[in-house]
Amino acid sequence: MTTHPLLKVRDLRVVFRRRGEPDTVAVDGVSFDVAAGQVIGLVGESGCGKSVTSMAVMRLLPARGVEISGSIELDGVELLALSDSEMRERRGRDVSMIFQDPLSSLNPVIPIGLQITEVLRRHRGMGKAQARAEAVELLDRVGIPEPRRRLDTYPHQLSGGMRQRALIAIALACRPRLLIADEPTTALDVTIQAQILGLLSDLVRETGTALVMITHDLGIVAGMCETVNVLYGGRIVERAQRHRLFGTPRHPYTHGLLRSIPRLDSPPGEKLAAISGSMADNLPWAHSCAFAPRCPRVLETCLDITPDAETSGGRLLRCHNPVPASAE
Amino acid sequence: MLRFVVRRLLQVIPTLLLLSLLVFWWLRSLPGGPATALLGDKATPERIAEINRGLGLDQPILTQYWLFLGRVVSGDFGTSTITGEPVLSEIARFMPATIELSVVALLIAVLLGIPLGYLAARYRGRPLDVATVIGTLVGVAVPVFFLGYLLKQYIAVDLRLLPPSGRLSTGIDATDVTGFAVLDGLLTREFDASLDALRHLVLPAVTLATIPLAVIVRITRASVLDVLGADFVRTANAKGLAPITVRSRHVLRNALLPVSTTIGLQVGLLLAGAVLTEKVFVWGGIGTMLADAITLKDYPRLQALLLMGAVIYVVVNLLVDISYAVIDPRVRLS
Repeated sequence: MTTHPLLKVRDLRVVFRRRGEPDTVAVDGVSFDVAAGQVIGLVGESGCGKSVTSMAVMRLLPARGVEISGSIELDGVELLALSDSEMRERRGRDVSMIFQDPLSSLNPVIPIGLQITEVLRRHRGMGKAQARAEAVELLDRVGIPEPRRRLDTYPHQLSGGMRQRALIAIALACRPRLLIADEPTTALDVTIQAQILGLLSDLVRETGTALVMITHDLGIVAGMCETVNVLYGGRIVERAQRHRLFGTPRHPYTHGLLRSIPRLDSPPGEKLAAISGSMADNLPWAHSCAFAPRCPRVLETCLDITPDAETSGGRLLRCHNPVPASAE
Repeated sequence: MLRFVVRRLLQVIPTLLLLSLLVFWWLRSLPGGPATALLGDKATPERIAEINRGLGLDQPILTQYWLFLGRVVSGDFGTSTITGEPVLSEIARFMPATIELSVVALLIAVLLGIPLGYLAARYRGRPLDVATVIGTLVGVAVPVFFLGYLLKQYIAVDLRLLPPSGRLSTGIDATDVTGFAVLDGLLTREFDASLDALRHLVLPAVTLATIPLAVIVRITRASVLDVLGADFVRTANAKGLAPITVRSRHVLRNALLPVSTTIGLQVGLLLAGAVLTEKVFVWGGIGTMLADAITLKDYPRLQALLLMGAVIYVVVNLLVDISYAVIDPRVRLS
């Protein structure tokens, strides 16, 4: 980590409160840093808190029924302390986001061009003509052919890959310092997926934008991210450099995730390794390890004492009984 | 777009043909007829037969229908059996009053309904929303004539704030240009007549607007709630756009699609409601004309009015479809 990270998340906690229902702790003390130009991954299964974390950074969670605590600093500015309008100034300009489903994430009744120019005009103070020219530029840069003609087309007239490219163009329109991509390729087929990921990598490298990749797909993480955070039940259970994490996964959850990836060279008929059970809701970490009920290496301590996060040799680990370093 | 409109207009022809046949047949299958209605106690079989012969009702129904169609094509809808006046000129005389009433009622419903529905959705679960939901439920449930009499009694009779009936006060010297009382006053610069006409309009228009208003509020609320949760609204917020831009460009534009369909459907109900409202406020429009025609079995009048209602309904819904194509590119371009 560099001495002055671009994004500094400390002890982020997001609790959903509903009347008549127990609170749901979606994110439970997550801390991580992103340096300028760095690419990191937040990985985990559905409900592990990865999307809620990103929405909290964007301050896009609803104000009512959601309690956010901790600290989110962007360039030394505490985002959680900003007023709504101050945050709106930063959103789309300093920090922007790409979402999962490109069709539903674009407004169906207004042309693509306007959806790009509105950000330029809002944050970069451009005039109409200037913004249109810049939009052509942007569409060209994300690899959309005939960009000038595309300005007047509507989302439903574009293919899935083109729509995601358009969304990327929107997100990068103001050259943000930080880009959050929440499952950006889940809705796309595999070849398009590879193109989009390649495009994202190139763009962040060119512009020096830091990228937080949120995904459940370890393949994407392996290809792109320098540092990988594995989330379980709203907490980071393991964090390490990509090669170390994939080479020697220490947390049983990470280990299980990697083992569950089907391999082309496995003998036919072999059963896929799966992690049994599913994640518990509400207060998973209260008095035990949240992963304990599903863990193959569970000890009695795991059910009684919540494991602390320990850092050694650049690896963060939250486990009483980690997989031995020599296991794989 | 032009081809779309022409195709839709051509589709109207078979609809109207079928409808006119049904109306023709249904009217004649009702017990009684113009002759008995006109003669009352003095009805004798001979006199009834005589009148029926005079009206051409003694011929087979299909022959009557064929002759009717032939006349309609040349613009003749027959003469009223009540007044002996050509039906078309009657309609032309009574129509402006009803259009004036309906248009004002629809304007109230739309201009009040959309903002109210939007606000209810935006402040979902808060007092404003709860009040709106309850209010619209009452609005839909209260019968038009009951509400009409209630308003008339309290506001016009007890409080004397507004005139209880009619379109103009006696003693007001208004020049008739278009038949639309408010408009006439403006055109002839008789502003006192305009104001008087407007005062007469308030109660009937509010009465008639109640149900469409309630329906529009509810549809707008549901539609806005739906759109507020949409992914593209999240995208718009993630762009850091000004709240006004998110609301107008991203939320309202999408939310208005189902609302425009509802408005079209409401026009049909508005015509039905106008009959009752005109009765309560002695409005003297098409509604009154229709009510008299039903009582006295005035076939030519009823035929013309029912067909006219159908044409208005079809045209309004065509306008709705066109507006849909204007708002939604997915309709326009596919």
